[in-house]
Amino acid sequence: MSMPAIFRTCPETGLKIHGSAETLIKINAVVAVVFLALGGFLGLLVAMTRWPAVHLLPAEWFYLVLTGHGINVLIFWIIFFEVAVLYFASAVLLNCRLATPIIAWAAFVLMVVGAVMNNVAVFQGESSVMFTSYVPMPAAPHFYLGLILFAVGALVAVFVFFGTLVVARQERTYEGSVPLVTFGAITAAIIAVFSITSGALALIPAFLWSVGLVSHVDSLMYRVIWWGLGHSSQQINVAAHVAVWYAIAALVLGAKPLSEKVSRTAFLLYIAFLQIASAHHILADPGITSEWKVFNTSYAMYLAVLGSMIHGMSIPGAIEAAQRRNGFTHGMFEWLRRGPWGNPAFAALVLSVVMFGIAGGITGVVLGAEQLNLLMHNTLYVPGHFHATVVAGTTLAFMGITYPLVPLIFRRELVMKKVAQWQPYLFGIGALGISLFMMGAGTLGVSRRHWDIAFTEAPVPYDYPPTAYLMLGLNGLFAIMATIGGIMFVVVIVSSILFGAKRGEAEIKRNPVVFQGGAVAVSGYGSEGTLRLPGTVVLVSLFFVSFVLYYFINWKYLSEVWPLH
Amino acid sequence: MALTSPENRLWWKEHLHGVEIVWISIAFLWGLVMFFTMIYWHIAGEQNLSNEAYRVAPEEYGKRVEAFAEKYKVREEGTTSIPVVRPPAGGDAYMFGRLWEWWPILELQKGQSYRLHLSSMDWLHGWSLQPANINIEIHPNYEMIITIKPDQTGVFGVICNEYCGVGHSQMVGRIYVVD
Ligand code: HEM
Ligand SMILES: [Cu+2]
Ligand SMILES: [Cu+2]
Repeated sequence: MSMPAIFRTCPETGLKIHGSAETLIKINAVVAVVFLALGGFLGLLVAMTRWPAVHLLPAEWFYLVLTGHGINVLIFWIIFFEVAVLYFASAVLLNCRLATPIIAWAAFVLMVVGAVMNNVAVFQGESSVMFTSYVPMPAAPHFYLGLILFAVGALVAVFVFFGTLVVARQERTYEGSVPLVTFGAITAAIIAVFSITSGALALIPAFLWSVGLVSHVDSLMYRVIWWGLGHSSQQINVAAHVAVWYAIAALVLGAKPLSEKVSRTAFLLYIAFLQIASAHHILADPGITSEWKVFNTSYAMYLAVLGSMIHGMSIPGAIEAAQRRNGFTHGMFEWLRRGPWGNPAFAALVLSVVMFGIAGGITGVVLGAEQLNLLMHNTLYVPGHFHATVVAGTTLAFMGITYPLVPLIFRRELVMKKVAQWQPYLFGIGALGISLFMMGAGTLGVSRRHWDIAFTEAPVPYDYPPTAYLMLGLNGLFAIMATIGGIMFVVVIVSSILFGAKRGEAEIKRNPVVFQGGAVAVSGYGSEGTLRLPGTVVLVSLFFVSFVLYYFINWKYLSEVWPLH
Repeated sequence: MALTSPENRLWWKEHLHGVEIVWISIAFLWGLVMFFTMIYWHIAGEQNLSNEAYRVAPEEYGKRVEAFAEKYKVREEGTTSIPVVRPPAGGDAYMFGRLWEWWPILELQKGQSYRLHLSSMDWLHGWSLQPANINIEIHPNYEMIITIKPDQTGVFGVICNEYCGVGHSQMVGRIYVVD
């Protein structure tokens, strides 16, 4: 059945917005926030248990809650939000109708059913296997089935996105190439297809095994294939949040990519390389050769890291160029100092770029070096690293784009502006704290996914240095800060959607969301123009120097451990 | 801007600016440096994870570890009377992980090399030597052999750092290194 598509014209951007697309964006984003709230709360309980002086939950509950935390935030929050981003980057940005809204609804229902089923399995208590669900530790069949249904739903949503691109092309709703943000979303979607396929290859055998149809699943094979999902799904996140960074910079400052060519090539590097670079999760496993590890982590990973390093210059570069156009030309850093720091979208953008790059990116490359990995494999360093990437990076970027999306898509005024203003700082600095202190504890050898660092019931004792206890205490304090930031986000967004003033002409005039500098301001620079970006050059150099130093310091640490081969 | 189609329809023909070329080249070269560092360490470094591993059934492996412990046991320790085993210097040493212990305890000599065999009797475990900080993933059905040469004396903890169920945080073993 086909219904005529109903459109409205956005008074702020002039884009034609398809009603069904808009509803689906809203519903996916809202459900995402619900899972963030649930998962974030579980994260607080985890951190309060790892704080030795508090040690909140008993062991069974701790592992249950940690499993729920990982799945709800890493999988459900992020992927529901990404589906919203995909529909936005296709239907909205391309002025187009969403292909097959009914199938998009079916995808949504599958995802919700899968997510609920998985949560039921986790909270029943027989499936505290962590989000990685490594065999041969068993979970209940509906644990795997829930994840599989969710994945199928997500895959269907990705195909609705591709379908929408085809419709846009056929109906000529845009001219020339797709916008850079859409290009980034396409990158994420292509990686998603690969990622979800690996997920199916790992989880379907595990499901069949859990119901007794398959007698044995090899643990090493499972880890190798599972990380085909686990690793590449992180590349979906990177591609998606880089696209979101470009989008925020464009909305808030009228920023334009320095060079479309460079930014798009960087996205292509992700598609070509990042998704296959999953060997860095199995560097400490038996039966995988060093040749493959070195090849996979360097050929595949460093070329993708190259992609990120390119974005790492073009995003601040685009911000600097835009701000200089907007008149902030004094000295090296006036453009940064006089940025709209009170605008939560801008604050989230800058914090997210800086923390993702420095705290997340550098540590990820160090963790991924073949020999260095054995210094920190499975220690708290690992969750420390990915709270910088996926919390301070992805989650904060997604929070940032939500602030302009509420007025544009939900057409409501933000309420509690002051709270919104402070939110990215509290959440971002909280997340950075969790990340740094977990890494600190990991460097001291503290294990991840671990209930009791005092080992009270162990047959022989072992004592961590007192600094490890201090690190976990500080981790707890920053976890509270991040949680407050998270609650502020949920409260501001939910209340704005429910109670915010409807956005009419007066509100739009008084309080424009889209940068008002006009066309003149945003055009006229680019690679060919005069590209003078002294501030960016300084920032990027600082980043690079810290990268090199930190990298070689870790080789020094490695040289001090027992010789082994 | 990034939300609209490129103004220059032939964007792939844009010239690259000098700053961009310089940064892309530096980033690319840095990737090469990191690549060669790993290779260099295989040649000149002393800490490289072994590639030696065999398939082994857990029961079979368990028998070998027990025979080894029987042969070289010097005493017992801990609340569960774990044997402390002193393998000959330069020889083979065995350890397994199972729910929820590392077994047996080893007593090694400083400055001597040992071929250490590691495997799991049931689920995944993480062999984490502390405070030396060497961390290895241990699988059932795979026997990994690493050659280690302890270079400090002392009492070292072997912690499990791959989550293995509710007793995971009790799973502590030991290695003594003596002169
Ligand atoms: C209030 C905010 C948060 C706090 C306080 C928090 C805290 C923690 C802590 C303490 C751990 C346990 C590390 C361990 O014992 O191994 C953890 C694990 C984890 N967190 Fe968070 N986190 C937060 C938000 C998030 C978000 C937003 C994401 C993803 C987008 C996330 C993803 C994860 C994942 C994937 C794990 C690993 C679970 C596992 O090992 O199976 N966290 N978190
Ligand atoms: Cu274990
Ligand atoms: Cu364990």
